[in-house]
Amino acid sequence: MSMSSPIDRAGPVAPRAERRRSRVWGKLRTRPAALFGGTLVVVFLVLAILAPVLPIPGYAETDWGAIRLPPSLAHPLGTDHNGRDLLSRMIWGAQASLFAGVVSVVIAVCVGVPLGVIAGWRGGWTDATISRITEALLAVPFLILAIAFAAFLGPSLTNAMIAIGLSATPVFIRLARGQTLAVKTEDYVESARAAGVGQLPTLWRYILPNIAPPIIVQATLTVATAIIAEASLSFLGLGQQPPAPSWGAMLNTAKNFMEQAPWMAIWPGAAIFLVVLGFNLLGDGLRDALDPRET
Amino acid sequence: MEFKRTLVTTAAIAVLSSGLQAQELRIGLQDDADVLDPDQSRTFVGRIVYTSLCDKLVDITPDLDIVPQLATDWSWSDDETQLTMTLREGVVFHDGTAFDAQAVADNIDRSLTLDESRRKSEIGSVTGTEVVDDLTIRIDLSQPDATLMAQLADRPGMMLSPTATAEMGADFGSNPVCSGPFSFVERVQQDRIELKRFADYWNADEIHFDTVVFLPIPDTTVRLANLRAGDLDMLERLSATDVASAQDDPDLTVMDVVALGYQGITMNVGNGEGAEDNPFAEDARLRRALHLSIDRGAINEVVFNGAFEPGNQHVAPSSQWYDERFPVPKRDIEAARALLAEAGYPDGVDITIQVANNPVQTQVMEVVQSMASEAGINISIQAKEFASMLQDQSAGAYQGSQVGWSGRVDPDGNLHPFVHCDGGINDSGFCDPQVDEYLDAARASNEFDVRKENYDAAREILNEELPLIYLYHPSWIWAMDARIEGFVAYPDGMIRLEGMRATD
Amino acid sequence: MLSFIGRRVLIAIPTIFVISVFVFMLQKLLPGDPVLALAGEDRDPETLAALRELYRLDDPLVVQYAHWAGNALRGDLGISLRTNQPVTELMLAKLPVTFQLAVMALIFAVGIGIPMGILSAVRKGTWLDYIANFTALSGLSIPNFWLGILLILLVSVNLGWLPASGYRAFSVDPVRSIETMLMPAFVLGTALAATLMRHTRSAMLTVLKSDYVRTARAKGLRERVVILKHALRNALVPVVTVSALLFGELLAGAVLTEQIFSIPGFGKLVVDAVFNRDYAVVQGIVLVTSIGFICMNILADTLYIVLNPRLRYTP
Repeated sequence: MSMSSPIDRAGPVAPRAERRRSRVWGKLRTRPAALFGGTLVVVFLVLAILAPVLPIPGYAETDWGAIRLPPSLAHPLGTDHNGRDLLSRMIWGAQASLFAGVVSVVIAVCVGVPLGVIAGWRGGWTDATISRITEALLAVPFLILAIAFAAFLGPSLTNAMIAIGLSATPVFIRLARGQTLAVKTEDYVESARAAGVGQLPTLWRYILPNIAPPIIVQATLTVATAIIAEASLSFLGLGQQPPAPSWGAMLNTAKNFMEQAPWMAIWPGAAIFLVVLGFNLLGDGLRDALDPRET
Repeated sequence: MEFKRTLVTTAAIAVLSSGLQAQELRIGLQDDADVLDPDQSRTFVGRIVYTSLCDKLVDITPDLDIVPQLATDWSWSDDETQLTMTLREGVVFHDGTAFDAQAVADNIDRSLTLDESRRKSEIGSVTGTEVVDDLTIRIDLSQPDATLMAQLADRPGMMLSPTATAEMGADFGSNPVCSGPFSFVERVQQDRIELKRFADYWNADEIHFDTVVFLPIPDTTVRLANLRAGDLDMLERLSATDVASAQDDPDLTVMDVVALGYQGITMNVGNGEGAEDNPFAEDARLRRALHLSIDRGAINEVVFNGAFEPGNQHVAPSSQWYDERFPVPKRDIEAARALLAEAGYPDGVDITIQVANNPVQTQVMEVVQSMASEAGINISIQAKEFASMLQDQSAGAYQGSQVGWSGRVDPDGNLHPFVHCDGGINDSGFCDPQVDEYLDAARASNEFDVRKENYDAAREILNEELPLIYLYHPSWIWAMDARIEGFVAYPDGMIRLEGMRATD
Repeated sequence: MLSFIGRRVLIAIPTIFVISVFVFMLQKLLPGDPVLALAGEDRDPETLAALRELYRLDDPLVVQYAHWAGNALRGDLGISLRTNQPVTELMLAKLPVTFQLAVMALIFAVGIGIPMGILSAVRKGTWLDYIANFTALSGLSIPNFWLGILLILLVSVNLGWLPASGYRAFSVDPVRSIETMLMPAFVLGTALAATLMRHTRSAMLTVLKSDYVRTARAKGLRERVVILKHALRNALVPVVTVSALLFGELLAGAVLTEQIFSIPGFGKLVVDAVFNRDYAVVQGIVLVTSIGFICMNILADTLYIVLNPRLRYTP
């Protein structure tokens, strides 16, 4: 994962972050559950990335003579209602689902963390305003918020990602704010300020690296939530556009053929389950590994 | 099947005639009805409920002939602007109010003047009514209107109790009172609508159920599972792909009939921004190429297992209004490619077509997309929520839009609003004075031959211009418990309970 | 104590104001003209204009907001554009349905989650712990609409054990009502059970290390008594708090669950309303659930302090 880069740049003045890095790896390695989760994620990621070069039929290649065929040698996962190869659609669907999960979390982190840090750092009216809006958004059930955003932006995969990203933002605002509040009273931050280090460099070099671990954990877990959210939006017809596949959209179609072609519903659901499980296991492992109390 | 009766009385009833059983009919609907006021409502399922609740002045036969219901006889004045109807004697509304000519006058007035009324344009040709005597009413028109009788066989012709409408006003839908075979009991939003047998119904001998319950269950698979489990006695709109398995089930009966509506692609030829920089709007040859690239039979087979009827006109090939000179075209890729080349696009042309984001319509569009691509027409599909799609369609923010029409008994309702320059729903932006002339003439006559001639003349132009590319005519498909007898499939998709009964 | 609650309530007021503005703006944010959705096939220009006027959709936004918010304060959330029923009435009619679903889901969640959490804490590090943890994570990871589809496929379509839908009100037919709710409640309950299990486990682990448990053990009490009587009672404090917070999750989960099983509750009402552009209903539901969520939050914080005397004096 990309967690090492901000910590590296923090340099020697951020002692806690430096020590933590090697410790985390060591602990993660000894956790079979986390490793298993990581492996699941990596396998799906590799499949998604390799989709264009794998020897599979195109995801939109229709074959009217092969509609809703059960799994066979020619079509290992069977075919769908348009005679399209489900293995191919599953792999291309992995791209949509993982991409949606990761991008929406990146959006949430990029919007949420700066706002949270500013709120925690500045306090006063800035904090009050940001906090009230955050609380308001947190009070609206996540999926309803995402449905509203997605309907507003119009159905497409990109818009679904933005909708999910925005809906997940408040969690990161709150987390970053809380962490900033805790860290800003630490000695090394106070001494940096006393030494005349500017506001932005202080935030960048002292605050950010030290609030990063819980945010990384939260981000990993949120990817899992986001993948389910994308599937839910596509399930309601607010995500990926046809004929391109996404697991949620495939499930949405499959529910019309539950009696005649149950396999159409089984694969995408199982894939969502596995990849989400992977992210959850990984996130849990990271949380334990990053938790200072467990040393 | 859930025929409610107590264990104690079962034996006794079995000895007596079966007509004494307290029978309940549970019908699964695809959607929940909207407001239960025939003057305000707009949903198809609402009309299914009214069919049991509210009698109309006239009704239709399965062949779409107009037959008496609350009006027993009628005649037109020589200039066809006055319709005089004789009303059925001894009819009462569910609240005991007598049905008479004044009630008809009040009802027509309400349809025309209630603020919330959606019926205004449907009977827009009506200028007033005259109570001739207790059981005779005269309806005056501003001009001859061939569609009026068909309208009176639908919601504008439904008779509501004047006592109830006076008392409830626009809130009539919370406790509707009509004169149909069943009266309103209760409604739980998105859950159930319950009606009970009306003892004083004029045709009560034909009614064999004591209660009818309508249950909205949107998911077709779930609806069928409920029927199989015995929680429903009947359902409407069985999914075409479930027909085979339902037919194989000895406990179920499947009935179907080609509906009055159609599904097609509305092409934007002159409505707002979507018609600009759009080669398909500028050149009818491209629309013809798309039209020819589609194998309508294959769509029907792939998406609907052959349960629907391929089509290329505003009425189905089985209709008496169909123009036989233009049969459903065979797919012709070569001709389509030639048309593309002629129009200056030998290397292919792009178009974006929007579709409602439900799996079935999306699949239809995916099939069309794959067929058209072989002719060099590259379709991008935009799946939108129905509400957004309609808005973009109205506003002209689209190039092509795959959309359906539920259909009307009179063919005018399937064509006039869409292609007449002043058509109420002319989202295509098509306008041709010649076509307008034919459609107006067809509307102004009550003679079948005159009307058919005019529709055929219009079809000749429309078949070249193709503002709408029709794809297929859906069938209404009902599935019911095999013990239900006497159901007759009507092309308007309604469920008429007269003569229906359950046997043991 | 009272001042704590008072402060929380005061802070909630601007939050609720922000929510009300957001909720109101939904109707301007969502594309798709409500009047078009309303008119359906009768969408000729005159009908549209008449409807627009009828529902005052041409008034300036601020006027519309003031009108709506003023009425909302008096408990009047407007009328549904689709069915002409008052929104408040509609929601009151749905409340028992979703409440029943939520209660049954909570029974599943508590019945599965808490015992599993205790067991896995007591047997920490054993295969039992691993299995319990893995099951919990699986419960969290399984998309509940998929679980719903699979259950319908297996239990209703193939086995025919339970009806796939056809909800009846509890007051009308309790047996049938519970039958139809079993699957949806299970689906909704799985994710919650997983959350509860994880919280119970970690709370139990903390408590088991504490002095009084050690003392109790030293006194020679039987392990069963130590765990059930001493440890569990204390471990449940954070669990109860978390349960209050699960309210929001329950509601969000109900959205899809109700959709799949055709249960006429809050979730189904809101999704149908979004798709039909029945704004009064969307606004009403989002407003009320959000306020409910805030109340549950305040309740959770209060419970936490009440149950945990040590925290009372910390600001």
